Amino acid sequence: MKVLYYPGCSLKTVAESFERSAKLAMAALGVELVELERWNCCGTVSALTTDDLMHQLAPIRNLIRVQEAGEERLVTLCAMCYNTLKRADLWVAQHPEELAKINAFLDEEPDYRGKVRVLHLLELLRDELGFATVKERVVRPLTGLRVIPYYGCLLLRPREVGLDSAENPRILEDLIVALGAEPVDTPYKTQCCGSYHTTTHKEIVAKRAHAILSSAREHGGEVLISSCPLCSFNLDNRQRLVRELYDGFAPVPVLYFTELLGLALGLDPQAWISEQHYVDPRPLLEEHQLLKR
Amino acid sequence: MSEREEPRVGVYVCHCGTNIAGVVDVEEVAKAAQALPGVVVAKHTMYACSEATQREIINDVQQEKLNRVVVAACSPKMHEPTFRAALERAGLNKYLFEMANIREQDSWVHKDGHKATEKAKDLVRMAVARARLLRAYEERELPVGERVLVVGGGIAGIQAALDLADSGYKVFLVEKEPFIGGHMAQLDKTFPTLDCSTCILAPKMAEVARHKNITLLTNAEVTEVTGFVGNFKVKVRQKARFVTSECTACNECVPVCPVAVPDEFNMGLGLRKAIYKSLPQAVPAEYAIDIENCLNKPNLLVCEKCLEACSPKAIDFEQPREKELELAVDTVIIAIGADPYDPSKGQDYGYGKYENVITTIDFERIIAPTGPTNGKLLRPSDLGKPQRIAFIQCVGSRIANPELVGNPYCSGICCMVSIKQALLIREKLPEAEITIYYIDIRAKGKGFEEMYRRARLAGIRFIKGLPAEVLENDDGSLTLVGENILLGELYEHRHDLVILSVGLEARKESEKVQKLLGVARSSDGFFAEKHPKLEPVDTATTGIFLAGAAESPKDIRESSTQAKAAASRAARLMKEGKIRIEALTAEVREEMCVACGICESVCPFNAIHVDGTSKVTEAACQGCGVCAASCPVGAITMHNFTDEQILAQVEAALAERPEEKAIVFTCNWCSYAGADMAGTSRLEYDPSVRLIRLMCSGRLNPKFVLRAFELGAAGVLVTGCHPGECHYQSGNYRALSRFQLLQGLLRSLGIAEERFGLEWVSAAEGERFSQVVNAFADRLRRLRAAPEEQEMVEVH
Amino acid sequence: MLELSSKELQRAVEELSGQKVFACYQCGKCSASCPFAAEMDLTPRQVLEYIMDGRVEVLNSNTIWICASCFSCMARCPNGIDISKVMEALRQLLLRSGRDQLDLLKIPEADLKEIPQIAFIAGARKLIG
Ligand SMILES: Cc1cc2nc3c(=O)[nH]c(=O)nc-3n(C[C@H](O)[C@H](O)[C@H](O)COP(=O)(O)OP(=O)(O)OC[C@H]3O[C@@H](n4cnc5c(N)ncnc54)[C@H](O)[C@@H]3O)c2cc1C
Ligand code: SF4
Ligand code: SF4
Ligand code: SF4
Ligand code: SF4
Ligand code: SF4
Ligand code: SF4
Repeated sequence: MKVLYYPGCSLKTVAESFERSAKLAMAALGVELVELERWNCCGTVSALTTDDLMHQLAPIRNLIRVQEAGEERLVTLCAMCYNTLKRADLWVAQHPEELAKINAFLDEEPDYRGKVRVLHLLELLRDELGFATVKERVVRPLTGLRVIPYYGCLLLRPREVGLDSAENPRILEDLIVALGAEPVDTPYKTQCCGSYHTTTHKEIVAKRAHAILSSAREHGGEVLISSCPLCSFNLDNRQRLVRELYDGFAPVPVLYFTELLGLALGLDPQAWISEQHYVDPRPLLEEHQLLKR
Repeated sequence: MSEREEPRVGVYVCHCGTNIAGVVDVEEVAKAAQALPGVVVAKHTMYACSEATQREIINDVQQEKLNRVVVAACSPKMHEPTFRAALERAGLNKYLFEMANIREQDSWVHKDGHKATEKAKDLVRMAVARARLLRAYEERELPVGERVLVVGGGIAGIQAALDLADSGYKVFLVEKEPFIGGHMAQLDKTFPTLDCSTCILAPKMAEVARHKNITLLTNAEVTEVTGFVGNFKVKVRQKARFVTSECTACNECVPVCPVAVPDEFNMGLGLRKAIYKSLPQAVPAEYAIDIENCLNKPNLLVCEKCLEACSPKAIDFEQPREKELELAVDTVIIAIGADPYDPSKGQDYGYGKYENVITTIDFERIIAPTGPTNGKLLRPSDLGKPQRIAFIQCVGSRIANPELVGNPYCSGICCMVSIKQALLIREKLPEAEITIYYIDIRAKGKGFEEMYRRARLAGIRFIKGLPAEVLENDDGSLTLVGENILLGELYEHRHDLVILSVGLEARKESEKVQKLLGVARSSDGFFAEKHPKLEPVDTATTGIFLAGAAESPKDIRESSTQAKAAASRAARLMKEGKIRIEALTAEVREEMCVACGICESVCPFNAIHVDGTSKVTEAACQGCGVCAASCPVGAITMHNFTDEQILAQVEAALAERPEEKAIVFTCNWCSYAGADMAGTSRLEYDPSVRLIRLMCSGRLNPKFVLRAFELGAAGVLVTGCHPGECHYQSGNYRALSRFQLLQGLLRSLGIAEERFGLEWVSAAEGERFSQVVNAFADRLRRLRAAPEEQEMVEVH
Repeated sequence: MLELSSKELQRAVEELSGQKVFACYQCGKCSASCPFAAEMDLTPRQVLEYIMDGRVEVLNSNTIWICASCFSCMARCPNGIDISKVMEALRQLLLRSGRDQLDLLKIPEADLKEIPQIAFIAGARKLIG
């Protein structure tokens, strides 16, 4: 199966391990992720004021690209891209007059007809392949590995965009179980990582990361999985600052969910793990004998 | 009066002090009325409803030989009965009366005296046109016997059953559980007096079991109801108890039974056996076998432990698993109560996930001496003594966001439930820290504020500001995160036990019961009363009444009050021995009927059947007129709302300058009352509209609309109850489908579809009524200004 | 501060956000849900109360800049108010009159290398007019 997918900027730079692991793991499951041609920035955050049409242009232009490719769905990896693209798509569906304006404004482009469905890779795994199938393909069950599923904001909120229940999501837990690992429940799994404050208010982000990660540790988690380059950065790289600010903090490795998937499918993590991880996950993987082939 | 007699109409235009005359030139209206065909007398009067004017009308009827009377005054909802009675005093049939509503629909909603006067003239012209075609009807009498069905054996059902049985009526009390008592049986002590619930309930339950006039059917459910007041046929399915009345309640069987299952009566907090009793004082006194969980299967006896243990030989596995009973009753009382809100539906505050998060109903069982901990206040996770206890208010209540699980209304009881429980904790654990997190405390009721004050004096902390996060700590304690609103500070408080103060919501079974009995429910799911203020225990269906929490969340006192009211309403009907039925029924002109069966299929009340030709069961017919509007050959006449009468109103409304006028059809129950509400609230709206009242929006015959457009009306707006709220259950859905059909037809006739509208307005929505009318009038005005543009404007 | 009357503030917020601010019954669930409330000088609930009370000073509050549009509050508001949109409306009122809050040039070199681009773009979108 071939699936059209949207990488977004961060996957091409600081989050290469996300894209690489995703492509390899999906290939092992028989799915080829085909990159959307001529994609542009997703828009990054949704326009939240009623009169802000300008910021709907970027996501809609991407959806026009999908339309041009003759496809009806687009798979995303980054939670932020997912949220922005899907929210823009729903918004124009609810505001046909505004879509007409956008189409008129983008006069160099064909009109967007509103037929594209934006999916997150997790939804593809759950709803199309099915976690049962994923489980069958697991060659190296991650037995004994205690994983903290971290959702953050953008996979779940607002409700109309969310791919699961906003209060008690299960999708990551179900994936973790399918991979043979053990999900660890923490009350912080749907709380914000601090987002773009990492540019100007690092200490706020460190505080968030500290709360989220210590709770994860307290509940017995060993590794946290995320689906967003920004969450990963805030929860992983900002641990340097967390250690400076909070005594006795024990670091927690952070992986993309696709890395965990790749491991369970028996792939060699050396193929994607890069120096971009601040807390090196290898010792933990070693401990669970997940690095040997 | 014979049918052929020339109409002689008397018209009385009321000043209503300055209420009408301050805006409308009533003299001019009376003068204009004088010129209308058939009008013999036209007068204006200071207060039409005064005894003096009534006597004047009676006098005129007799002296001037009037045979129709029109009063132009307030809403018929106000004084129609007054004037009809006057007509009867004058020896005239009460159906020969018509009102023009020139107050609520005119002087109270328009400021421009000239326009208001013109409108009043139209309204009077319409009333006179209709009056000329009115006919006399005799109201039929139906016999009503003395048997009553009470559905639901909670405190409301019990109270109603006892009052009726004591007055000599035969009561069938049907309860779905094996024991009666409802939620009250689960409570420990009750607010506001803190008396023990079982102590006051048990004697009532025992009386029910003993009463010679009450047939108690437990483990039973109503499966079918047909007929009407005085003649309901009811089918009841009763599951076997497998324990006979020989049972002496010795309890010998219980210890030997090998099966233990979660005890629903104790909210699953403890276990019970397959043979059991909910409470020692339970009624009926006999034990019951829960056959779903008993090891014995049909025709297969594998366990005889209880059989052997039972010395009076009261256990009988030969009983048929189910039997069907048929009852004939005259009246029905619905008392099926309410369900406590289940927080796991919305996954609020970790209920169902964290052991030490419980609800107030769980808590009742925990502190009740008959509960799983024998009344000891222990927390579920480790059976330790909780020291820091929190209540969270409004769980599942006051949630107006439709995306969230929960109900928009305030449940009314849960503030008092928490205050009561906090005081009970204070008695048991004087040292405990008790905090109630709330938004507003609602303590309206006799003795409630006093109890709230007592709680404050007892050192119970009330913190304004609901938590939103609950974090579980390793020791099972819970941290609540929120904002103390009065301090404007955030809190993170640890508690050993968190009690969610859940509201009450409509029973899951409500929909089923609604369908069986053909009564209405309001949008919150509770059963709808006939009038929220003046008929609070009647339903719209004669002979069916409401009691207790089935109608809305209530405490015990209110449930009892309503039960007793329902009992006396039912008794009033049955004591009379007969009932007069308003003559608004359908009548089939059999010679025209082609037996197509459409009327039968659309009637919401099963009141019309094709048998050769179509025939109406008058006692069941509620007069909605849905059948008449559906009959393809026009064979059905609606008494007092005939096609001719309605068409006459349309024609009279459009007699002058039709292009400036919009006809608004309203149903009697919601949108007409909504228009009245706009009037009482003095909400101005566009004076171009002329209302025509139908009983139901489903009465709308397409020909009324076509006639209006044919005469050049600017527009036609149909209004009715909101979907799901139709007084006749489904009439408004008929209106909707007819509306859609008509839209197509109008389009093909070249009539701009914006000239025809449909809107739902409830009786309480005066503001919405005025908005809807204004938006429609605006749309018509714009259309007139630029007819070719035909803008699409939505009315909201 | 912007020259706005109480009424203008209320109207501008309601129009820009599309939210019915006056539906708020002050339950505090938004504050309780906000992971950043401790960093704010006005809690999200207070922001609503300030607007309802017509207090233009709300625009001086750091809250509107701390809010990271995480949507936790709106996901729980019993009255269906999207508080994140209210915050955005307040930000926009200031940003559109040229009161930027972020200077990309001041971000340290090291951070520029490792922080994901989405953080810069998001920050710029939220903090620059
Ligand atoms: C936690 C809690 C604490 C409370 N504390 C107090 C208090 O201290 N003081 C106070 O005044 N009030 C209190 N109340 C309110 C009180 O419980 C209610 O007012 C009362 O139970 C209402 O009585 P009811 O008969 O209308 O309904 P219910 O008690 O709900 O009884 C209805 C009965 O109908 C039966 N039934 C349901 N459906 C059917 C069907 N289809 N066919 C046949 N039977 C059916 C049910 O099994 C039940 O027996 C409390 C409520 C709760 C939840
Ligand atoms: S027959 Fe059924 S109820 Fe009796 S003891 Fe056995 S399991 Fe229990
Ligand atoms: S009674 Fe009190 S707790 Fe219950 S819904 Fe009303 S305000 Fe909330
Ligand atoms: S008027 Fe209504 S209730 Fe009566 S027969 Fe017709 S459809 Fe049935
Ligand atoms: S709809 Fe009219 S014609 Fe058809 S059966 Fe009924 S009364 Fe007769
Ligand atoms: S959650 Fe909603 S209603 Fe409650 S204080 Fe916040 S904005 Fe107001
Ligand atoms: S959207 Fe803003 S105000 Fe709302 S919870 Fe998130 S940070 Fe707080």
